[in-house]
Amino acid sequence: MTRPIPPLAADDHVLGDPASAVTLVEYGDYQCPYCGEAYPVLKAVQSAMGRKLRFVFRNFPLVEVHAHALRAAQFAEAAAEAGLFWEAHDLLYENQDTLDDRSLVAFGDRMGLDRALLAAAFEGRHNEKIQRDFLGGVRGGVNGTPSLFINGQIYEGERDVDSLIEALSAAAMVRL
Amino acid sequence: MADQSLPVSGTALPPGTKAPEFTLSATPDQTLSLAEMRGHPVILAFYPADWSPVCGDEVSLLNEVLPEFHRFGAQLVGISTDGVWCHAAFAAERKLHFPLLADFEPKGETARRYGVYRASEGVADRALFVIDAEGIIRWSYVSPLGINPGADGILEALEPLAPRTEGAAA
Repeated sequence: MTRPIPPLAADDHVLGDPASAVTLVEYGDYQCPYCGEAYPVLKAVQSAMGRKLRFVFRNFPLVEVHAHALRAAQFAEAAAEAGLFWEAHDLLYENQDTLDDRSLVAFGDRMGLDRALLAAAFEGRHNEKIQRDFLGGVRGGVNGTPSLFINGQIYEGERDVDSLIEALSAAAMVRL
Repeated sequence: MADQSLPVSGTALPPGTKAPEFTLSATPDQTLSLAEMRGHPVILAFYPADWSPVCGDEVSLLNEVLPEFHRFGAQLVGISTDGVWCHAAFAAERKLHFPLLADFEPKGETARRYGVYRASEGVADRALFVIDAEGIIRWSYVSPLGINPGADGILEALEPLAPRTEGAAA
């Protein structure tokens, strides 16, 4: 019934080596508190797994319940144009309480992000990509945030470092 | 995550069945009946109760996917045994853009007719029905109470039903 999530595309945000044994895809919302809780966990998992793991972030903004979620996603996409996606991603998750427009502009300045890129993003330059991420996730069975997929399979286990490393390592073994 | 409360299997009305009519309160002074929605695909989302936690909440997710349902010409309604004032507060807080119907008196009667009432708990199952423009159930799905079924099954069921209104995308 459920389609697979879309395969990796050229405009995906990917951290890690294409030769990695296992790929973890997160569908996330920058204003979602559960994604905020998952952020340091996923960092720890990435650090523990090193080159074995490829991490991908896709947008799943719940714009009706999170007033700043779309703007934050636009900000991160603008940063991606300047090669600063992961800096933006981390900054957003480390500052979830201040995601209003003024704060986003200040974050952009702090990162050295061209204000014109941010303005274009706020006007919708990346909305099609954000929507494509969202709908691809919906069709693939994303039912809330964060949703995690390991080598394309939805992960419904506990979201602590040890459980994730165990599941990712098992998936890496299968692949090899 | 714990999948306690498994659905009572096999009681939900299956595809091919004529969808039972209902008229339920949508607001304190308005009702909505299935017959009024004839001519379009209709999605019925039965759920146990208002006010479940937000980020993984089914109703909030369906609300986000609503523009996509509209692209298929479909209307979405949520149904639970909560009363109209509860629904009104919940819909306002979650910024819902579709009606929540109160299956409140006689309690759960509509859920019963669709075979998705949990008499022991007094709530509807977490159940989805996709009804075609002629009022025939084309797809139904009951998920464990604690599991948000997502929207992929609904979209899959809508695909063959309606000519897509292209160009309606935001």
